[in-house]
Amino acid sequence: MSDPTPYARHAPGSQPPYDAPAYGSTHRRHPKQPLIRAPHTLTETTSPRLTPDRFPPEADMSRVNGKDALGQRIIVAGRVLDEAGRPVPHAMVEVWQANAAGRYHHPGDTHDAPLDPNFLGRARVFTDAEGWYRYTTIQPGAYPWRNHHNAWRPVHIHYSLFGAGFAQRMITQMYFPGDPLLPLDPIFNAVPDEAARNRLIAAFDLDLTVPEWALGYRFDIVLRGPAATPFEEEDHA
Amino acid sequence: MATAQQTAGPYWHMIDFPEWADTTRFGAEGARIALTGIIRDGEGAPVTDAMVEIWHADPEGRYDAAFQGFGRCRTDAEGRFRFTTLKPGPVPGRGNALQAPHVLIAIFARGLMRHLLTRLYFAGEPLNETDPLLALVPPARRPTLIARETAPGVWTLDIRLQGEGETVFLDV
Ligand SMILES: [Fe+2]
Repeated sequence: MSDPTPYARHAPGSQPPYDAPAYGSTHRRHPKQPLIRAPHTLTETTSPRLTPDRFPPEADMSRVNGKDALGQRIIVAGRVLDEAGRPVPHAMVEVWQANAAGRYHHPGDTHDAPLDPNFLGRARVFTDAEGWYRYTTIQPGAYPWRNHHNAWRPVHIHYSLFGAGFAQRMITQMYFPGDPLLPLDPIFNAVPDEAARNRLIAAFDLDLTVPEWALGYRFDIVLRGPAATPFEEEDHA
Repeated sequence: MATAQQTAGPYWHMIDFPEWADTTRFGAEGARIALTGIIRDGEGAPVTDAMVEIWHADPEGRYDAAFQGFGRCRTDAEGRFRFTTLKPGPVPGRGNALQAPHVLIAIFARGLMRHLLTRLYFAGEPLNETDPLLALVPPARRPTLIARETAPGVWTLDIRLQGEGETVFLDV
């Protein structure tokens, strides 16, 4: 049996460190021992088959039982690609977010902002054969988070993605253009590379905008691609 | 360049579905086992808001079979996760190696900028002695990856994110 193709290692600066001092919750949760570099075997290069028949899609967060949530209705769409530019088809994408007032439908969220009975704040969609995904929601609000004095998270939507191999599994956050809170946010700014940070910001897209209905935002996601050479794994072992 | 990861935060339970902790819920043949443990932080305090995922082969060591060894579970107020699943078989490794039965564990949480990955092995498996990944781990730290059968069919592995007895985490 031939060895599976390993995934490329992350480019320097593209990912946040576990130890991010400005984000207080990392202090006691980041490992201090060096990680062990694991070769990619079937365990890392295969992934669960998460299919719509077992994991029903729900692509519209903007209404509950036919009643509209409050807030600015938006459509978010984009492509999931790998680093080689190939679409990642049939990938499960989960998203979750606060409501327009900046409050999560979550018992742990005690922010003094109103809940919206017509907004739950989660969706599940699958990419098509070309890697496209799309969902409808309302623009979330910013919320305070006590990390430091007067700390507010920039407006964001959480994303969870599965690729073809578990080594591609990732969770991230999508931000909105022009948010004045972005330069102040320790989580966003934990990503060392400026270009990598800025790729977490969606782009307003008039082509995705539906007249008389909703604003459109484009957010593409890149998962790890194949290693450049089959020997890369051994070179770094 | 791959998209930057960001923490799952404290409200990831919006995508918590308790039934996902049972990988056999779509049907599976064979004896069920439980995989459980407590996650603690650098001060030994339980991590009560983590999202734990598992991924492993079927009892024959196959990833492409009908049985799908994927689960997701929250840690509870004591920091404990608990999965119901089947015990995986040995899986081919790189070259002509054979890997000991193991479970890939991913931990997402507030305070984790990106997920941590580790593996759970099963105490008493003869293949543990020759497993290619375990061989990369300093012997003194290997026990942090090896679950013990604490009751019939219940395999326990506590996880320490930082500090004394820190779990071996993987750069995958
Ligand atoms: Fe959030």
